[in-house]
Amino acid sequence: MRENSLPVGAMDTRASGWWAMIFTIFTEASLFTYLLFAYYYLAAQPHMHGTFPEGGPPKLGMASLNTVILLMSSAAVAWAQFSIEHNKKWRLVAGLGIGALLGVIFLGIQMMEWAGQPFGLSSTTYSSLYYVITGFHMAHVVVGVVMLLALTLWSGRGYFNSRRFAHIHIGALYWHFVDAVWIAVYFTFYITPLLGLKA
Amino acid sequence: MTTAYERRPVAAADTPALRKKLDTLWETSPGFYGWLATVDHKQIGIRYIITAFLFLIAGGVEALIFRLQLSWSNLHLLTPEQYDQLFTMHGMTMIFLYAGPVLSGFSNYLWPLLLGARDMALPRLNALSYWIYLFAGIVLYSGFAFGFGPDAGWFNYVPLAARAYNDGPNIDLYALGMILLGISTTVGAINFVVTFLRMRAPGMSIDRVPILIWGTLTASAANIFAIPAVSLAFFLLWLDRNVGTHFFDVGAGGSALLWQHLFWMFGHPWVYAIVLPAMGMVSDGLPVFCRRPLVGYTVVAVATVATMVLGFGVWVHHMFATGLPGVSLSFFSAASIIIALPSAVGVFAWLATIWTGRPQFTTPFLFFASFIILFTIGGVSGYMTGSVPVDWQLTDTYFVVAHLHYVLIGINVFPVVGAAYFWFPKMTGRLMDERLGRWNFWTMFAGFNIGFFPMHISGLLGMPRRIYTYGDGMGWNWVNLVTTAGSFLFAIGVLIFFWNVFVGLKRGKPAGDNPWDAPTLEWATSSPPPPYNFAVLPTVASRHPLWEDRLQAVGERSVTAKGLVLDKGREALGTTPLDAAPNIILKMPGDTLVPLCLALAMTVLTAGLALMNIIMAALGVILIAAAILAWLWPQAVLGETAEAPHA
Repeated sequence: MRENSLPVGAMDTRASGWWAMIFTIFTEASLFTYLLFAYYYLAAQPHMHGTFPEGGPPKLGMASLNTVILLMSSAAVAWAQFSIEHNKKWRLVAGLGIGALLGVIFLGIQMMEWAGQPFGLSSTTYSSLYYVITGFHMAHVVVGVVMLLALTLWSGRGYFNSRRFAHIHIGALYWHFVDAVWIAVYFTFYITPLLGLKA
Repeated sequence: MTTAYERRPVAAADTPALRKKLDTLWETSPGFYGWLATVDHKQIGIRYIITAFLFLIAGGVEALIFRLQLSWSNLHLLTPEQYDQLFTMHGMTMIFLYAGPVLSGFSNYLWPLLLGARDMALPRLNALSYWIYLFAGIVLYSGFAFGFGPDAGWFNYVPLAARAYNDGPNIDLYALGMILLGISTTVGAINFVVTFLRMRAPGMSIDRVPILIWGTLTASAANIFAIPAVSLAFFLLWLDRNVGTHFFDVGAGGSALLWQHLFWMFGHPWVYAIVLPAMGMVSDGLPVFCRRPLVGYTVVAVATVATMVLGFGVWVHHMFATGLPGVSLSFFSAASIIIALPSAVGVFAWLATIWTGRPQFTTPFLFFASFIILFTIGGVSGYMTGSVPVDWQLTDTYFVVAHLHYVLIGINVFPVVGAAYFWFPKMTGRLMDERLGRWNFWTMFAGFNIGFFPMHISGLLGMPRRIYTYGDGMGWNWVNLVTTAGSFLFAIGVLIFFWNVFVGLKRGKPAGDNPWDAPTLEWATSSPPPPYNFAVLPTVASRHPLWEDRLQAVGERSVTAKGLVLDKGREALGTTPLDAAPNIILKMPGDTLVPLCLALAMTVLTAGLALMNIIMAALGVILIAAAILAWLWPQAVLGETAEAPHA
């Protein structure tokens, strides 16, 4: 082994930051697990008719559109990852930029849905869960968008090439995670009420 | 041809010229700047230990004050509100600000030395973890300092902790401080796990790491999964109290039991997180004074992990009296009782090590060996309360208080003080005084048992925990007086310990590299170690690199005098997760103020939320974002950016 040469510095999945991001995702995933536990636990408590979910099962339209947007965004970022491994700098910039833009569109649609709700944060237990859990997810999207924008800037400045792309893969890992969490949130809030899983 | 992206590392002997070069590369800057900017795991570790001991003193003084209040019936030295704040602060301080952080301190100091590495995998994260811990401690004490300490018990049940019954900033500061502290613990835990996977010396496969490594690794892995539960619980409570959500509000369809579930889903794994590393210290330290390897290394390592895995499935035993269905109680009772098995594995392994060894009755040995007795007593009372009918009789009585103190003082404080005697020479280059050490041990041991054993009796006599005072006719006078006397004797024992530290620093005997003739890698380097720990990286061939000649006449040998030289900048070796084969040359960060700035920015956000000041909170968020961007900005010196290949 000693005879072989070793990579130096932050290199692909051998970078310490990549490992740190994996465990950051474990702890973040745990956070969302506990949030969704709180949802299901409280859903199982007795509620007055029509208050859980508040006003009946939520409409699927905007949230479903948002699911597609986030999946497209993940695909764009994956394309960026693929591009830098083949030294295509401007495709990397484009992929990251499109990913961030789709993230912003997601946030806009989510804000529209918030604004259109007939209930507020403190109306009922359900409304508290709705705003806090979707809010937690939106906060993660905001962090992800800021991160993608920083990566876009750094990519444009030529910091990365086909050997040095650990930052890109670490950031992308987080973004894919944020998108995966949305699937769990979407399933919990929009699909389970239709399955007859109510108190 | 070698490019900047890869290099063939050179193996060579340790020379003074190399050491001189490494000194300039690794030494922390002098003065105040260096003190704020260091990322050296040894400095951070010692800082952690000192801060934790300061909190131990604070928590101890709080306990002594309310022990005076309880020493006889119908006393009124304190008001009920003062009493409530004191016992809450005492529990919070000991459990969150002393017991966890002191172990993080020892592990931070010891891990890279035990693993044969130059530093932790993520040195800046290490600094961040310490600073957040310090600031969270200040936040948690800020309310108390102005008479608004938390006063609903350290596990802070709703509805008592809800706005309706607890107006004022007391609980809000507790909630926000705990969220901040949770970030510190989490980033520290991630650092330990990544360090375990990536920073072990070549040849140190996972069956060759010291048991302390297993203990802290298990605790850290658990923290990664458990901390979010309590951080979330406190955040939801803060929202309920300040913005009118209804998570714990039974009247609006919320649930008070949701708090208990979230708190104890975290709380029980946390109990193991604050004892398993201490058990690891005993597993590594005790055999040194028995002049033989630990009996049953593999089963002890497996039992450590098994205890934690089971520990995630027992949280409801804190909730036996809440009216949950019988099937749930049966399951959690069985799981709680089964934990006796992996615990007993450890006890028998330590006993067999003493029995088959040649014990040397040094001060660290006394602390490590007495821990076995105290752990057994605490384990048996825990086993008793794991049984639902017994728990129904004893829950919320002093019997439980006795149990948790035998567990936490027995398995945390005694091993920690033993570990301090054991590793003090490595940290300072001087030995602590043995004669004073005996006085220290026997005073603490006698004081502890005189103070806490009678609590079993007051509990069986029906004395509830957390009562402010009690009537003369209850028959609890003498047992409480003995408890108070014992607690003061215990405090004197702890004072002797601090006195001995002071004496050791001033005029302790020079220790040399390996004063105890111990087998692991930290004793292969100088005392105190140089900033880079090891000039050439050791190669490991067994569990006991420094005992190989006497344990095994023939066979492969570990090498510490010759090894890989990484001296082209601050460099460390990354190895593969299981076999520890060389995998990458890591570029390590040097002094930086960014972790301190990020911790300060988080504290600004916390203060903004505590004061309900939107501008301050927003400023905190912006500062956090700025600090993180500065942290992650790709740097050529860390090998993070593309560069032109060298000709």
